Amino acid sequence: MAKIIVITSGKGGVGKTTTSAAFGTGLALKGHKTVLIDFDVGLRNLDLIMGCERRVVYDFINVIQGEATVQQALIKDKRVENLFILAASQTRDKDALNQEGVGRVLEQLAKDFEYIICDSPAGIEKGAHLAMYYADEAMVVTNPEVSSVRDSDRVLGILASKTKRAEENKEPIKERLILSRYSPDRVARGEMLSVEDVQEILSIDLLGVIPESQAVLNASNSGEPVILHEDSEAGQAYRDLVDRYLGVDVPHRFVDPKKPGFFSRLFGGN
Amino acid sequence: MGLFDYFRKPEKSSANLAKERLQVIVAHQRRDNADGPDYLPQLQRELLYVIRKYVEVDDDAVNVQLEKDGNVEVLELNVTLPDRKPEALDAD
Ligand SMILES: Nc1ncnc2c1ncn2[C@@H]1O[C@H](COP(=O)(O)OP(=O)(O)O)[C@@H](O)[C@H]1O
Ligand SMILES: [Mg+2]
Repeated sequence: MAKIIVITSGKGGVGKTTTSAAFGTGLALKGHKTVLIDFDVGLRNLDLIMGCERRVVYDFINVIQGEATVQQALIKDKRVENLFILAASQTRDKDALNQEGVGRVLEQLAKDFEYIICDSPAGIEKGAHLAMYYADEAMVVTNPEVSSVRDSDRVLGILASKTKRAEENKEPIKERLILSRYSPDRVARGEMLSVEDVQEILSIDLLGVIPESQAVLNASNSGEPVILHEDSEAGQAYRDLVDRYLGVDVPHRFVDPKKPGFFSRLFGGN
Repeated sequence: MGLFDYFRKPEKSSANLAKERLQVIVAHQRRDNADGPDYLPQLQRELLYVIRKYVEVDDDAVNVQLEKDGNVEVLELNVTLPDRKPEALDAD
């Protein structure tokens, strides 16, 4: 049975697309057949992050409207086995996505894939709603920052009430927190909400902490999911996150300030 | 936390401030989200608006809840008035 996982957040620019690309690629690297779907109609960018923008012929909307088959629209990743991308369309027609059509495409993909990763657009409008509607699980990407945490909490409320599982009184969507763009040094200085703060407020399981990392920009410059940059902290944090998701007990790294010496610890320097 | 931190003024860090604000925001949001019908938050805001024409009350002075008891639904409305008796009540 395929698992449908939505990567959501409410707020824009927190790292949903970065996470979708890294997480999906990570699952595929572990041998799981995975498809990434971009729900950000009109502002697609998953194809850019995955570096397949020039290979998009047909998109999600084309499939929904019957202008192409799923097979025609799926883009097979050139680096990683078992990994496919379904691009969003650049059309400006907001009504191009509809619940019935999305359901049909997901059902078809579910026959072929183990994991279906839905990269949600920002906001709580139609696109975001449809990205989460059919989900079995949700990854709520949050930055340690007031507006992001508030939006995440709103999204949790919507996940619990406006989704298929909620409407049909099925087992609720499994929600997990991904805390991204984390700066342990700033947390230590009391300038940034800590993992514990955010977890306490949102009270959902923590799947991973992704540090603020220059590697993310470098990776997006070259159209590679950052998880393929194995020497980077963000890449390693995403690898840990995938392992943890798959049930391996991996401790959280990159949550403490970088190895303070004995004296700086004693005298509170930073 | 270093040794010297313990001697610093126990001044609130900005992260602490963020956390306290969030606790309030989230509590409100969850109350708004609670199972009730979609119109409840708006009803609550409008009631607050009307009440404020007459009495100065806090942002969270109005609480609206829908209670279900078998087949009966009861709309429960709670308004917390400020301690001192406001003059505005006597007017009109
Ligand atoms: N861990 C990180 N460290 C540094 N920059 C990041 C990190 N995650 C995301 N970014 C940057 O933040 C911006 C928004 O990321 P993106 O994944 O597109 O967010 P969203 O899809 O939520 O809008 C991008 O410029 C990206 O490079
Ligand atoms: Mg995005």
